Amino acid sequence: MADERRPVRRRDVEAVELDLLAEGIHEAYGFDFRQYSRPSFQRRVWRRVDAEGLHTITGLLERVLHDPDALQRLLTELSINVSAMFRDPGFFRVFREKVVPQLRTYPFLRVWNAGCATGEETLSVAILLKETGLYDRTRIYATDMNEATVNQARTRAYPIAKMREYTANYIAAGGTRSFSEYYVADGERVVFQPSLADNIVFAQHNLATDRSFNEFHVIMCRNVMIYFNRDLHERVHALLYDSLAHFGVLGLGARESIDFSGHSAAYETVDEDERLYRKIA
Amino acid sequence: MGSIIAVGASWGGIHAVGVVLRGLPADLPVPVVIAQHRREDGGPSRMAETLGRRSAFAVVEASDKDVLEPGRAYLAPPGYHLLVERGSVSLSTDDYVRFSRPSIDVLFESVASAYGEDAVGVILTGASDDGAEGLASIHHVGGVTIVQEPSSAERRTMPDAALATGKDHRVLQLDEIAPFLVKVCA
Ligand SMILES: C[S@@+](CC[C@H](N)C(=O)[O-])C[C@H]1O[C@@H](n2cnc3c(N)ncnc32)[C@H](O)[C@@H]1O
Repeated sequence: MADERRPVRRRDVEAVELDLLAEGIHEAYGFDFRQYSRPSFQRRVWRRVDAEGLHTITGLLERVLHDPDALQRLLTELSINVSAMFRDPGFFRVFREKVVPQLRTYPFLRVWNAGCATGEETLSVAILLKETGLYDRTRIYATDMNEATVNQARTRAYPIAKMREYTANYIAAGGTRSFSEYYVADGERVVFQPSLADNIVFAQHNLATDRSFNEFHVIMCRNVMIYFNRDLHERVHALLYDSLAHFGVLGLGARESIDFSGHSAAYETVDEDERLYRKIA
Repeated sequence: MGSIIAVGASWGGIHAVGVVLRGLPADLPVPVVIAQHRREDGGPSRMAETLGRRSAFAVVEASDKDVLEPGRAYLAPPGYHLLVERGSVSLSTDDYVRFSRPSIDVLFESVASAYGEDAVGVILTGASDDGAEGLASIHHVGGVTIVQEPSSAERRTMPDAALATGKDHRVLQLDEIAPFLVKVCA
């Protein structure tokens, strides 16, 4: 990405072009990147500009408006759905220690996994709740704006090559059984037990545009809002707040802060390191 | 006039970044952002604490959307790219760039684009060529660019790579860097 290949990157012009691109995609196709975090949006857009052999963001706008395949390529570039089972194992360990005891006091539990990507996180919670005896009284709503990833999540299938890492995570997360009990190998992939999904509802839901659809005892929204700008971040925090029951627990990603949400005063900290918070007001 | 300092370092960086930070007075009216290559595994890290020791700057591991405040240094957390918008931090788990996450190029390019000629970039010791392009982008938008004098670096690959882009970066000994930063930012 040597800057020589690009014309002078005038910052003001670049900002205008990025706005136009986001507006154009929204107008023409309905995908809304207008409120995505600028620095990473910009980086990916430039990557696409280079890969398409173009020189300007405006050039990319022209191409995606006239060529749906180019739009698809841009959308792929813009969507990050990397995930892992028991990602940040400490989160699940602390969840088990500090949140599960509270959850035991409820006769029925609703959990929302917002931005579930391909379902790794959802299955991780399902396993955790099984092992703590709570799963049978739980319904997990797993949603993502990306229909394709939700469909993939429904298959409960993952590459067998990942199991070593996931097993290590599972153990570090305080898992109490043998991880391999939960899946069967099928060639290059493994498929997780159908019963893990008995109480999971997978659905497409866009945090930027859709509304709250229930009241939850637990909401996990991890590594999703880091892609939003401040306005959207704020809006989504409001949505999550409105969707949490009193004393409901909110789990964020390892490097996400609740401080800038405008709602931070409404939460008490369950565990700062693992970004677990409880709604108290 | 510099209004943000971006520092990139790899092998040998803990020492070198520490030296630079210790030379910055608490009232220097700019934030510092740091991409130091580091391991992703292993539990809690003391890197921020180590870097902040004996420094007037408060060194913190960056959280997403942190507001950039003067007198503070924001360290990229392991496994995340650190980027900036004017005034705030943005983290990303995008792909590795040149096998690195955090990547110095990613940080520097975002600094160049958010701060333009108000950006200051510093490349220190490292056994990698990360940062060379990022520093060139800061140079390109008219920012101040500094490279640690290669023979004085614990590993000279990174300073050499930064200089190989042919831009006229300022080459300084490690102990000259902080005083120079004070001059361009105060
Ligand atoms: C990096 S993944 C995080 C997956 C998982 N929560 C984890 O932490 O491992 C981010 C996910 O957020 C989803 N996402 C992005 N914007 C969204 C929006 N506006 N509404 C719902 N989901 C969104 C993406 O489709 C992607 O699957």
